[in-house]
Amino acid sequence: MNFHTHTFDAVIVGAGGAGLMAALYASQSADVAVISKLYPTRSHTGAAQGGIGASLGNVSEDRWEWHAYDTVKGSDYLADQDAVDVLCKEAVETVIELEHMGLPFDRLPDGRIAQRRFGGHTNKETGRPVERACHAADRTGHMILQTLYQQCLRNDVTFFDEYHVVDLIRVDDTVRGVIAVSLATGEFHIFHSKAVLFATGGWGRCWEVTSNAHSLTGDGAAICLRRGIPLEDMEFFQFHPTGIFKLGILITEGVRGEGGVLINDEGERFMERYAPSIKDLASRDVVSRAIYLEVQEGRGINGKNYVHLDVRPETVNHYFEKEGEDRRIDADYIEAKLPDIADFTRTYLGIDPVKEPMPVQPTAHYAMGGIPTDVDGRVVIDAENTILPGLYAAGETACVSVHGANRLGTNSLVDLVVFGRRAGSHMADYCQEAELLPLPDDAAGEIVAEFERIRSSNGASTPYELRERMQKLMTAKVGVFRVEEPMQEAVDELGELRAAYAQDITIDDQGKQFNTDLLEAWELGCLLELAEVTAVSALARKESRGAQARDDYPDRNDDEWLKHTLCYLDGDEYRLDYKPVVIDRYEPKERVY
Amino acid sequence: MAEINIAAGRKLTVNLRIRRYNPETDDKPWWGEYTLEEVSPTDSVLDLLHQVKWTIDGTLALRRSCAHGVCGSDAMRINGANALACKMLVARLANGKDDVDVQVEPILGLPVLKDLIVDMEPFFEHYRSVLPWFVNDNEPPADDRERLQSPADREKFDDTTKCILCAACTTACPSYWADDRYVGPAAIVQAHRFIYDSRDEAYTERLEIMAEQFGVWKCRTIFNCTTACPREIEVTKAIAEVKMSITSGKV
Repeated sequence: MNFHTHTFDAVIVGAGGAGLMAALYASQSADVAVISKLYPTRSHTGAAQGGIGASLGNVSEDRWEWHAYDTVKGSDYLADQDAVDVLCKEAVETVIELEHMGLPFDRLPDGRIAQRRFGGHTNKETGRPVERACHAADRTGHMILQTLYQQCLRNDVTFFDEYHVVDLIRVDDTVRGVIAVSLATGEFHIFHSKAVLFATGGWGRCWEVTSNAHSLTGDGAAICLRRGIPLEDMEFFQFHPTGIFKLGILITEGVRGEGGVLINDEGERFMERYAPSIKDLASRDVVSRAIYLEVQEGRGINGKNYVHLDVRPETVNHYFEKEGEDRRIDADYIEAKLPDIADFTRTYLGIDPVKEPMPVQPTAHYAMGGIPTDVDGRVVIDAENTILPGLYAAGETACVSVHGANRLGTNSLVDLVVFGRRAGSHMADYCQEAELLPLPDDAAGEIVAEFERIRSSNGASTPYELRERMQKLMTAKVGVFRVEEPMQEAVDELGELRAAYAQDITIDDQGKQFNTDLLEAWELGCLLELAEVTAVSALARKESRGAQARDDYPDRNDDEWLKHTLCYLDGDEYRLDYKPVVIDRYEPKERVY
Repeated sequence: MAEINIAAGRKLTVNLRIRRYNPETDDKPWWGEYTLEEVSPTDSVLDLLHQVKWTIDGTLALRRSCAHGVCGSDAMRINGANALACKMLVARLANGKDDVDVQVEPILGLPVLKDLIVDMEPFFEHYRSVLPWFVNDNEPPADDRERLQSPADREKFDDTTKCILCAACTTACPSYWADDRYVGPAAIVQAHRFIYDSRDEAYTERLEIMAEQFGVWKCRTIFNCTTACPREIEVTKAIAEVKMSITSGKV
């Protein structure tokens, strides 16, 4: 079989915030290709809404050390604190750099970047919420994605749009490139390179109700897993508290940052009970669990499984007054600060958020875990942090780990640009030194055979049926609250689904051009493995920490579980290992908001 | 907005017609007809297309990603007007009826590659032609901080920062249909976003590009672009502002 072969110093897989930031830096001295299964501006970074955290201190006093403390506390002490220092310190210069690239942040009257409150971000001395989220209305991610893409065009970065990367060429402990399918032609292309960076985003599509795009199928993480790289802390998947009821579309935490409150069926602002100090602006794991408990105790709206998010000016001003704050808002302010949210609720719910409260429920949102890396984006492959030279990961698909067991709002965008930049720089330096190693014989053999298998299978299940079963299973048994037995059932059933996927599927499209039937089937294979890794890792961790809440082990257990999970795929079996957490500044203590 | 009630149990029947074309098997395009029962009024057209793809015919090809109107992948011609499939709810097409006709075609003016997928390259080529990037090569402020911009200056180009490059406007434009050398409304929106940014320094160059033969003067102020924009950008107004600036030399 003949393949199109392309040669570059480095290839970057994924064109969201992390991939594009890495591309800008790597392309300064290396010959770089950015490969995306979408057009770059379709990447899910563009859906991020509320803001990017940086201790600019433009509205009230702030320091990067406070941001670091909040991040560590938010992580339930599972983040590596040396990496968190890098994140929060470099957040400041990176946000300024984005502004210099033209990003249209909202502005304060004196012309500086506007900032607002967000969940878990506080003044360490007073414990009060601090304005740290730099924003462009409620489309901050959209502006980051657009700005980075624009600058990549200006700098002549090479793009391969609608090329779907499906395998990594790894030979022993070296990488030699990736294999991609051109969507337009269905042909396989070999990208031969010295270095590879995965920036392919998350895998929220493992669950039924999610804020994630259809394209978020965890391709990069699954490819690495299959090529012998462990995945770190996969049990920690964030459920964002405020997804639109049934649809899962995200309603930014910025709504609560601007004063919005969560209300139960009794009209009570229930977060006052769960987080007396910062209430609705507690960490996402805390708020999601609170919503579940309210629903469980019959205080969901009309007894159903949702609560209200109320940002009507009269409600917001009522609570401002009650708390002794001078600030007051009106309908115009909401329209100006949250235009997309208003558009979403009007479009999908027929609800005007300045006149009515919004029905919300937790939605699968963000992978804290992923491909393990160091602070330069270099992938590490074991508990000793051994580096696999030439392989990089950044953004949601990577686990540095700066988010630990629970990510703070705004820190995803910080992660993308800070670690995208570091990985890109490091990769450029690496390419100066490294040699282009030869391609192995039949580099694409395995993946071509796998695609042929999927295409020609003549089984009883469609990929879509299997996917639906996986999503229901993950929602019911590996969701916000977890218990031993159901999780064991989930592991067993996921094993059955994976077997069905391997032996018993069928697809309709036998053609080559834009065969999205075939590619969606391949994506399902990624999701199934990541779901299984998540369930296996969660089942083994017998404690509650951050996003992992176990009814049968309700407490955090630092003596036994203050460690990162590593999950390997050995043949058909999953194997777990653990590695220590870097704790050099903040000693773990009880987490109270 | 009254037609949408997410908790309501009312179900509709949709008679869905999709313009189909597979270059590997079809000589010419054809209409695929599908009857979908038990459709919820709050389902989007994208949900309907997925239902076809996932339960009836897996060969149906379309682009989509975020499914809530922010990524710009799924602009289509729905009942004759451009919209994002994920933002167009069945309730809005039903006019209160229980039996709804929905017709979906690829956007017009770009070559169809397969079913609802068109070749976006000509569109992005026009986009790239307007220098769609921020230019200010002066030294940034000495204190390593942000360049300042007043809220009023920021407001001048706020509307055009919302563009998601979905092509709904350009492919709804009769002037573009008549002559695809015209840069089209989306590219002008992108130029506008930078021309009116007080921090940007390349507005002279961009205005020259806009004043060229296939720039803003091809616009006949038909307003289709404004109607089509799923982000509610006042596209025609933005084009008019660029025309004014070319004439007056002022931004």
